[in-house]
Amino acid sequence: MFGLANPDRFLRFTRPLTPVAWGVAVVLLAIGVWLSFTAPEDYQQGDTVRIMFVHVPAASLGLMAYGALGVSSFFALVFRHPLADAAARAAALPGAAFTALALITGSLWGKPMWGAWWAWGDARLMSVLILFLFYIGYMALRASIDDETKAARAAAVLGLVGLINLPIVKFSVDWWNTLHQPASLLRMGGPSMSEVFLAPLLTMMAAYAALFLAVWLTSIRTEIVRRRVLTLRARKALEA
Amino acid sequence: MFDLDMGKYAAFVWPAWTISAVVLAALAARALAASRRWNAELKRLEANGPDRAQAARSAVAQTK
Repeated sequence: MFGLANPDRFLRFTRPLTPVAWGVAVVLLAIGVWLSFTAPEDYQQGDTVRIMFVHVPAASLGLMAYGALGVSSFFALVFRHPLADAAARAAALPGAAFTALALITGSLWGKPMWGAWWAWGDARLMSVLILFLFYIGYMALRASIDDETKAARAAAVLGLVGLINLPIVKFSVDWWNTLHQPASLLRMGGPSMSEVFLAPLLTMMAAYAALFLAVWLTSIRTEIVRRRVLTLRARKALEA
Repeated sequence: MFDLDMGKYAAFVWPAWTISAVVLAALAARALAASRRWNAELKRLEANGPDRAQAARSAVAQTK
């Protein structure tokens, strides 16, 4: 795996993988949309159950993308791998987008089900909001420091600190009283959900994961190319 | 069959799906556009001197 930390090797390895990830994402999204709108309405939640098919995948990927950002930050900070910083940077924007979608779609689901768009003080809602703020902070910190090496190091520290929030988000529904329902997929005894809803949900989660992978790989590759362009420009300026 | 009648919940279901579709499409479009732009720029610079491009690659690898 560490062999892939070489940018040239990474580019060669991901060249065929990246279009495959895009293709899988498109196909799974099409199947997921079909399954989501052919599933019956829930006897309690009615048609709002269809919000779950975009809300839960967005929330899961918001968490997973931060996991990728945090682990990459660790490697960038400790081992100074050439690709680790690029990987952390490339995970920030898609992660923030997924987390924002989780917050927005959660709010649109919360209003008809709980009678409230938002609940200040609710552990799950607040911990996801904090996750979103970590993403924003990470990107703002990088953008605010001109020296890319210093920016990368400062952002990596922030990225690592934010990892503390991930178990808080995941277990907030168990540790505190919250409006949010407890885990219904990753729980002891298996999923508590009916199969008619499980199939579209898992398909949409796989589609979102494939889309994240496609965007992430494309962005890491772009970051490598961008650094080469900057180096070439700098050399050209020195030679001129 | 395909059920697009969200009844009294249409005002919540459709915005959730529409916002998700728009954000995901924007995310994909942005990643692909940036990739195209920087690759075109690299190709342009490399066309001016392939030996210097190789030197730049080594420089990037050494500084990380």
